[in-house]
Amino acid sequence: MSVCLVIFLIAIALMFVTGFYCLIMTRNLIRILIALEILTKAATLLLITAGYISGKMATAQAFAITLIIVEVVVIAIAAGIVLGAYRHNETLDTRKLNNLKG
Amino acid sequence: MASNLLKSAIALAFASAILTVVMFMLGAPLAAVFELSVCAGLITVVFISAISMTRPRTKEENIVKARERRKRFIYLPFLLVFVFAALTLAAWKSVDLGTVLKPGLSELKLQDVLWNRRQLDILGQIIIILTGVFGIAVLFKEREAK
Repeated sequence: MSVCLVIFLIAIALMFVTGFYCLIMTRNLIRILIALEILTKAATLLLITAGYISGKMATAQAFAITLIIVEVVVIAIAAGIVLGAYRHNETLDTRKLNNLKG
Repeated sequence: MASNLLKSAIALAFASAILTVVMFMLGAPLAAVFELSVCAGLITVVFISAISMTRPRTKEENIVKARERRKRFIYLPFLLVFVFAALTLAAWKSVDLGTVLKPGLSELKLQDVLWNRRQLDILGQIIIILTGVFGIAVLFKEREAK
């Protein structure tokens, strides 16, 4: 099973790198949200893998469920804010969002 | 980082589904069900709704953006090599992956942990959900007023 765990850890690293790279390189607001989602998925998988390694899966699941709920609320509110910004500025490009006037 | 946002959202849903299978394999069925229903279902719907409310890029814009995107991928291999080297070093020194601890008799069930040992987590989740509901309500209320 240790080989599988190594594969899971590599998958976690890949997801983390993908999310982080997308987060710092993209300028589209929806893509930034998708990157955030990938990063939280990596964190969820890391929690579950840590629970499996330490033998405390119940605690890991409790943390993972809490993380999923936080993730959903953050994404829902952020999507609403992104839509508001799009209606106000007619663009999703972060370079063009330089207006703080209501 | 796909050129089409809709494809990105659908790929994210597939990633969630694969993560669900991995969670089942690792023995976390309840978290897996949450992941499948909430992340693969609800969040994908939120993303697709948001994408459908925005204007898609034209073909000319796509061509220009594709050139910019290629430049952005230059640093990715270096970052990958760095992260894998750091992870390999850390795993070699600190984590012994060969000895996975089996859950013993003292290991509690999820119900006990969630409802008895970590009650504050439940309270926090309720507060977070209410915050989300009020946040969405305020956003839509503002739009209606305009």
